[in-house]
Amino acid sequence: MNKFFTILGHTYKNRVKSKSFLITSVITVLLILALSNIQSIIEMFGGEDEQKEVIVLSENEEWTEQLSQVLNLQESIAVSSFSGSDEEAKTQVEEGEYEALVTLQEGGEGLPEADFYANQIANTSVSDSVRQALQQVKVSIVTERANVNEQVLQQITAPVSFELIALEEQAKSQEELNQTRGIVYVMLFFMYMSVLMYGNMIATEVATEKSSRVMEILISSVSPVSQMFAKILGIALLGLTQFGIFILAGYFSIQQSMESEGPSVLDIFGFTEVDPMTIVYALVFFILGYLLYATLAATLGSLVSRLEDAQQLMVPMTLLVVAAFLIAMFGLGAPDSTFVTISSYFPFFTPLIMFLRVGMLEIPVWEVGLSLVIMVASIVLLGWIGAKIYRGGVLLYGKSSSLKDIKTALELSKKDN
Amino acid sequence: MTLRLNGVTKRFGSYTAVDHLSIEIPEKQIFGFLGANGAGKTTTFRMILGLIDQTEGDISWNQGKIGYDQSHLIGYLPEERGLYPKLKVQEQLIYLSKLRGMGKKEAVHEVGKWLDRFKVPEYRHKRVEELSKGNQQKIQFISAVLHKPKLLILDEPFSGLDPVNVEMLKEAVVELKEAGTSIVFSSHRMEHVEELCENVCILHKGTPVVHGGLKEIKRSFGKKNIRIKADFDTSFLRSTAGVTSYKPHSEGCRLQVENEEVAQEVFLQLQGKGFVRTFDLEEPTLNDIFIEKVGASYE
Repeated sequence: MNKFFTILGHTYKNRVKSKSFLITSVITVLLILALSNIQSIIEMFGGEDEQKEVIVLSENEEWTEQLSQVLNLQESIAVSSFSGSDEEAKTQVEEGEYEALVTLQEGGEGLPEADFYANQIANTSVSDSVRQALQQVKVSIVTERANVNEQVLQQITAPVSFELIALEEQAKSQEELNQTRGIVYVMLFFMYMSVLMYGNMIATEVATEKSSRVMEILISSVSPVSQMFAKILGIALLGLTQFGIFILAGYFSIQQSMESEGPSVLDIFGFTEVDPMTIVYALVFFILGYLLYATLAATLGSLVSRLEDAQQLMVPMTLLVVAAFLIAMFGLGAPDSTFVTISSYFPFFTPLIMFLRVGMLEIPVWEVGLSLVIMVASIVLLGWIGAKIYRGGVLLYGKSSSLKDIKTALELSKKDN
Repeated sequence: MTLRLNGVTKRFGSYTAVDHLSIEIPEKQIFGFLGANGAGKTTTFRMILGLIDQTEGDISWNQGKIGYDQSHLIGYLPEERGLYPKLKVQEQLIYLSKLRGMGKKEAVHEVGKWLDRFKVPEYRHKRVEELSKGNQQKIQFISAVLHKPKLLILDEPFSGLDPVNVEMLKEAVVELKEAGTSIVFSSHRMEHVEELCENVCILHKGTPVVHGGLKEIKRSFGKKNIRIKADFDTSFLRSTAGVTSYKPHSEGCRLQVENEEVAQEVFLQLQGKGFVRTFDLEEPTLNDIFIEKVGASYE
């Protein structure tokens, strides 16, 4: 047991002191700071405050009047009538005097038609506003002609009242769903990142020890099983440290940005009122998911004899994570589809998909329990197989690093008694 | 505590790596374990260490199988250098000795002692990858003996070392033997084996072809060497009956003869041919025996 902690401590200390740990931590903390202060950062560049001036060229004074009335309600756009010629107006826009030019002509049935000129038409915020305003003008002209009074018009355009109410008492309400969606997003992201990052780290650790041949000394001192799990837990501790730093950084910077005004990132992701059970589930699935993938990574790492081959052998694992990620993305929109339900029992998908189902739907406890049992069973099974492969794999040196080696590794570790 | 291998056999599929190997290594002894590349030495070491299981036979030490509960009593120096290239020497040695059940304080003390003894105290805080090959080998050696093992397996311990350092390590090996350690010593340098070992075993394709005390082996080998320095051409000796090999050199030749009678015949033939500066009848070297038994040269 002592040796177990020696390896665990060694793995952890070595990694914490490494440059790569420092760099990834600093970069991520900076990202978190940037993200939580995104509002202030956007404001700092101040692009939104500037009024966009739009000129209107029209034969019909009344339309211009109506259009500018509607548009001037929005502070960001200022409309003015232009008295020069068509060409002059375009030149002015080209020279940047004005943001855009709108020309109004009379089309069929005496209704306005417009052309919108701007230097770039990729940004549609101004053109959309103008289009909507012109639509309003058109509607009011038509209704006026048909003698429809103001009240009727309002009734026509008012949005219908439409609310989603789940009949099952336990089902999630609309707001709850939005909140869960937010946390599922974050969880998906964390899961994906950490499995890739820490999984790779474990595989690299094992492959480094193999390529430097220190493994031969290590396995004559400590059993491969303790080595493997000490490594997995050491890297897990490292992950906790790193996430601890991230959470602290996030917490402080969000607090700071909350002191200023506006909706914080927390509100956007719906973190303010989360069911505590969801957090518990998130933790449980996260830990189990990590253990499962980490065991797989250690097993794969023990099969290669050179560091360069480690990346290659990690591909199947990466594909599993990506598949889980894609299914989860699909599942956010349709959490109750059969496909999602079935895949939530596949252990490598469970941590993401089952968590998504728990968060989004009200599913019976036994289903969650079953998926947890399947996961724990597969961790134990994979750990058992992994330890065997590890034991044989670490003695296996060769050019190839194919999955065929698994068989050879198992044969090497075979116990006759 | 005697290490006993009894009829140990290891098969990988249809390939037999080690075939019915029986050896016994008592305390306070250095046992020479020889063999060509791929003869099954490393496989044997791995079986002794319990890393892989033998197909047949038993290995026992200290009244039982060697398991992880005894790893603090065992030292292993593998043929390939096995150290963390990025770790500093002291950190590395302390980590490895902690895994062999040593306390940190004692480990620090021992590291200092050994580094001083091998005259490299300045490497204490250097990374292993910065050291030369020979100095890395010294560190590797320290990592095998730091925790004062009772059973020590040394696979090519002197590779990459200059003669001065070889002497330094040899002394350390002998000292460990005197202190009661059983040592399994494997090397392709026959003169080292001859100098250090009383008992040897030569493995050829997994089968022990020579086994026993070095003196008895030499005696029973029968063939002897004659070293001749003479002022005349000695190549006529090539055709003498009983001469199994003839190697000329600048001042004369080196002969291998079947037995002492042949040596006397050679001596007679030299009479009257001219001035003979040296006529020396030597015991066969381990190198001769090895080449004869394994049928290939290494040096």
